[in-house]
Amino acid sequence: MTPDLTTIWDWLDQVPDPEIPVISVVDLGIVRDVAWQGDTLEVAVTPTYSGCPATSVIAIDIETALYDRGIQNVRIKTQIAPPWTTDWLSDKGRAKLADYGIAPPSPAGGPDACPRCGGTHLTRISQFGSTPCKAHWRCDDCLEPFDYFKCI
Amino acid sequence: MTDQTSLFEYLLRLGDNTLVLGHRVSEWCGHAPVLEEDIALANTALDLIGQTQMWLGLAGEVEGAGRSADDLAMLRDVWDFRNLLLVEQPNGDFGQTLMRQCLFDAWHLELLPDLTRASDDRIAAIAAKALKEVTYHLDRSSETVIGLGDGTEESHRRMQAALDLLWPYVGEMFTPDTVDDAMHAAGIAPDLTALRARFDTRIDAILAEATLTKPDSSFAQSGGKTGFRHSEHLGHMLTQMQWLQRAYPGATW
Repeated sequence: MTPDLTTIWDWLDQVPDPEIPVISVVDLGIVRDVAWQGDTLEVAVTPTYSGCPATSVIAIDIETALYDRGIQNVRIKTQIAPPWTTDWLSDKGRAKLADYGIAPPSPAGGPDACPRCGGTHLTRISQFGSTPCKAHWRCDDCLEPFDYFKCI
Repeated sequence: MTDQTSLFEYLLRLGDNTLVLGHRVSEWCGHAPVLEEDIALANTALDLIGQTQMWLGLAGEVEGAGRSADDLAMLRDVWDFRNLLLVEQPNGDFGQTLMRQCLFDAWHLELLPDLTRASDDRIAAIAAKALKEVTYHLDRSSETVIGLGDGTEESHRRMQAALDLLWPYVGEMFTPDTVDDAMHAAGIAPDLTALRARFDTRIDAILAEATLTKPDSSFAQSGGKTGFRHSEHLGHMLTQMQWLQRAYPGATW
């Protein structure tokens, strides 16, 4: 029996992002489409940043998850247009990021509040952080550094 | 030159620029003055290499000879590279690296919006992706050039020396040849005179804030993007970058 697409989306929502395992690849908004082409399941994936080393790991993780569920033929299609935007992060994903200590992206171009103490006196240390998608900030209230998932 | 040949050449230019600069910047990994800068340089290099995969991947597709992005990056020698002379220049000190980056980013950030409107959808898609990343690159490189230029006497002196050294490599970005003309006619590349005007506005503002003086000579080195004459530095860089494929031809993992 061929599983329906809603079930497949649920399965994909259980595949963690390799760098930020509290959110799924679906939360991240990088799974753009899932469709059956004959007996092959085609999954369209868009990279976050063009050089992100996690991209190939994500493709392998998605394939493995689907094979484990019994799907025989999977094809990962890389789709770069329209380009990924942090607007595609799910609300669930944003909440999980904040719980994990990563300030979610904000259109203001910087975090709204410190993910640890909620403080709003914040200083940017660097636009570039531990992964391409994050910037490095410091809270001047609790003096702790934290990651900010930057807006693109 | 047929349209397809010009398109292939133009894509090699885009991909070789990001490849050579990406490799140069990656040479800093583990050597930058402070950890945050090391991470920023590595991230910038990574973005540029990612963009290279897209540009050279498309170049290989357009060429139609079965060459992949990896083949083009690793199996060509210096005379087949089509990057600007600017990007192959050695890193020098940290200030010189950031000056080179700023000059490149200012050009890149003016070029890419034009390419997002290219008549070729594949080019438009890559440009739209790269544009988001390059916006961050110029933010950082311009802030650093301003901070160091308008910094101490020593940092100012070094940034002015870097600008004087690198300025003769800027003109090549805007000197059109048959490939540029063919791509402009095909609705892909912008008019380089208009691009230069926008670049000048942007870079003049940055240099003014950095208290640096733009050299008044319009002399421009040439030969990189045509492949006619690279500087001696590119060949040395390729011996490092292509070392594995040269020592173990065809190696994969």
